[in-house]
Amino acid sequence: MPAVEPTAPPLLAMRGIGKKFPGVVALSGVDFSIRAGEIHALLGENGAGKSTLIKVLTGVYSPDAGGISLAGEPISPGSPKEAESAGISTVYQEVNLIPSLSVAENIGLGRQPGKFGFLNWRALRRHAREALARLEITCDVDAELGTLPLAIQQMVAIARALDLQAKLLVLDEPTASLDEKEVAELFKVMRQLKASGLGIAFVTHFLDQVYAVTDRITILRNGELVGEFATAQLPRLQLVSKMLGREVTDETGHPAAASARNPNPSDSSNPSDFFKTSPTQPQTQNSKRETIPSILLEATQLGRRGAVHPLDLTINKGEVTGLAGLLGSGRTETARLLFGIDRADSGEIKLRGEVVKITSSRAAVQLGLAFCSEDRKVEGILPNLSVRENLIFALQAKQGAWKTLSRADQDHLCSHYITSLRIKTSSAETPIKNLSGGNQQKVLLARWLATQPALIILDEPTRGIDIGAKAEIEAIIAKLCADGVAVLFISSEIEEVVRNSSRIAVLRERRKVAELKGGEIDLHRLLHEIAGAPPTHE
Amino acid sequence: MSKLFKPSSWLKSPAVWPLAGLALLGVVNLIYSKNFFSITQRDGHYVGTVIDILKNGSPGLILSLGMTLVIATGGIDLSVGSVMAIVGATAAVMMSHGDVSLPMVVAACLGVGALCGLVNGILVSWGRIQPIVATLILMVAGRGIAPLITGGNQILIRQDSYNYFGNGFVFGLPVAPIIVAILFLLAWLWLRRSATGLFIEAAGDNETASRFAGLATARVKCLVYVVSGLCAAVAGILATSSIGNADPMNDGQYSELDAIFAVVVGGTALSGGRFNFLGTFLAAIMLKTLTVTMYFVGVRPEVAPKYKAILIIVVCLLGSETTRRWLSQFKRRAAT
Repeated sequence: MPAVEPTAPPLLAMRGIGKKFPGVVALSGVDFSIRAGEIHALLGENGAGKSTLIKVLTGVYSPDAGGISLAGEPISPGSPKEAESAGISTVYQEVNLIPSLSVAENIGLGRQPGKFGFLNWRALRRHAREALARLEITCDVDAELGTLPLAIQQMVAIARALDLQAKLLVLDEPTASLDEKEVAELFKVMRQLKASGLGIAFVTHFLDQVYAVTDRITILRNGELVGEFATAQLPRLQLVSKMLGREVTDETGHPAAASARNPNPSDSSNPSDFFKTSPTQPQTQNSKRETIPSILLEATQLGRRGAVHPLDLTINKGEVTGLAGLLGSGRTETARLLFGIDRADSGEIKLRGEVVKITSSRAAVQLGLAFCSEDRKVEGILPNLSVRENLIFALQAKQGAWKTLSRADQDHLCSHYITSLRIKTSSAETPIKNLSGGNQQKVLLARWLATQPALIILDEPTRGIDIGAKAEIEAIIAKLCADGVAVLFISSEIEEVVRNSSRIAVLRERRKVAELKGGEIDLHRLLHEIAGAPPTHE
Repeated sequence: MSKLFKPSSWLKSPAVWPLAGLALLGVVNLIYSKNFFSITQRDGHYVGTVIDILKNGSPGLILSLGMTLVIATGGIDLSVGSVMAIVGATAAVMMSHGDVSLPMVVAACLGVGALCGLVNGILVSWGRIQPIVATLILMVAGRGIAPLITGGNQILIRQDSYNYFGNGFVFGLPVAPIIVAILFLLAWLWLRRSATGLFIEAAGDNETASRFAGLATARVKCLVYVVSGLCAAVAGILATSSIGNADPMNDGQYSELDAIFAVVVGGTALSGGRFNFLGTFLAAIMLKTLTVTMYFVGVRPEVAPKYKAILIIVVCLLGSETTRRWLSQFKRRAAT
């Protein structure tokens, strides 16, 4: 292994990087170096500064302090374009391509072959096909990108980055929307690239992946460097405790598991009392699991052509109903039908025993439903509005313009949720776009909790956020159930679904194929159902 | 140094740049025309250039009020100039046909304006036509509808009660700017004291997210076009009553562009989201002042738009994110 020699000069050296935002020190004195031919994980909690560091590296932000050198040459990329031409290629967490253009156009964007301003379409397509072939992806390069599944879009983004003659590849959570097979494919490519001498910075939240593919690890916490470690010499438990900065005793390295398995209100990490303003709800707390669960919502033969085949689904009060399945199995589509974003063309929904017509998300909100979308950026946040405005928005929209919440009420709600959900923001008046992903997610959760919903649909609520915040969100879910709220929980992380759900509906190829309850819930059985090879089922 | 004078805090307000432009024009006027700021009393009325600017700028001001809201939702309303002409024609024809009471005329005008806005709003919200196209339809069609109402002629308006809007005085001050100021104040109260302003900004900032959070975004978007139509109606009344003439072909021509300029210069982004009333107000006054200043300084009217364009470019550049970043970098470099 010539590349991991300790004496090898680093390919990338970032020294003493500092970056401040209004009221927040995002990075201070951070060192980060990558050698040629290594895969280097960048890890840290929510708001640890990973994204900021990556953005400094790729020219999105200019650092307030410190310097960067690449292959011995000092560089100061002023834009992503400059970083690209210096040899730093990036694939961001959220797909940053143009959905209305074709795959080939997206891959060739900004470096189209051709002469005199005319495009050489054949070369462009060939280029794209070659770039995809390297990833062993076959897809129609003429297809409009936006029509393809998110996973394919992500692969296109990676293909685009690989297409450049890069020295350093930055992968900012590229696996968030990929299924296992695709992840394996990606790792294969990453190892190939590593062997060819490329340095790879790999940001991820999946610790298994860190151990599977990386050589070294740099850990950040609260904008500061915790340290740099060789992956092989850092046991999982130590890694997690360094990231969280607290003692973790769970050997699996999932602190989330430790706190969420035990939804005991006395757990100090449980944010308490979401429904402060509602005196009726705590009464249901003790009845949980001991009594027969009462049905909140019952969907019969609910379906929509092209989205999901007619399915039956029952959601109980005070219970987490999990929706499990692979990407594209119809999980989100089902949620969208329930919330009235897409209209069902078959079946009916009964809410509290009465048939209801949910024709718009507005109608759903009025009926006491809430929906945290998987796509925070597009379907969740109001980026330029403040945390306060984002937080009170659903409640205000539910009440209408004429029943305006007083500023005092708004401030009260904000300070309540900022404290109880531990939202990290310099103030309630900060634009939400300045918050880290996990904190944005918490604001969106608070937005819905403020409406005191009867049913909250959480579509990938832990996606793209670090394990500390995941644990907190799982604790919130447990608390919601204890308060009698029904939760429909969707997650790609199967263990998360198993941990949190008391009933799991399994979807496969846009059909509901199984439902597991209570004692039937078991990781292996669930995996079999999802994969379509039930062990002894039916 | 107190917080108020820290440049970083007040430089962030989008209203600063139109205010700076206005101050610059004030200095120019101070040099070129001694009488610019003088206000005298004649027949119990205050008169002077500043008063004239406010009076003549009133229709433009009120148009930019409505335009601010439309632009905040990420839309645009090109039809306001034509709506002014339609409204002026309606008023003139009603009054030329004998004895119609003033409240009737005003109500009809507002009704016509609101109806025009509603058509735009429905096309944009439920017809899902792009705002620039949807309102272009009425912009063009309006120049056919207005002459249709008047029979193709200009109509003189000889009703003193109507002309009072444009030319009257209260407490020695012209009526038109007072109406405008009251409307701005009412609109501000309505938008900021109720959640309506938040809804408009949310719909402009991220329409999908707003809809998913339970906001009736289509209704909000429709509403702003109706408000813009109402504003155009008020502008039409003020404009025709001050000249005492309704000209279906020329009333309000290009005024939509001035209104859009005022909104953009005032710091509301064309992409929607946050809006800034104070910025719009100051920018609209600045643009009017510029026109008058050029007249005072002796710029020939045919080349005047050139200077207007230069000022708009300068103010937009000063207000842009990039320039501000550049300025702060420059400041930092100067400090070290």
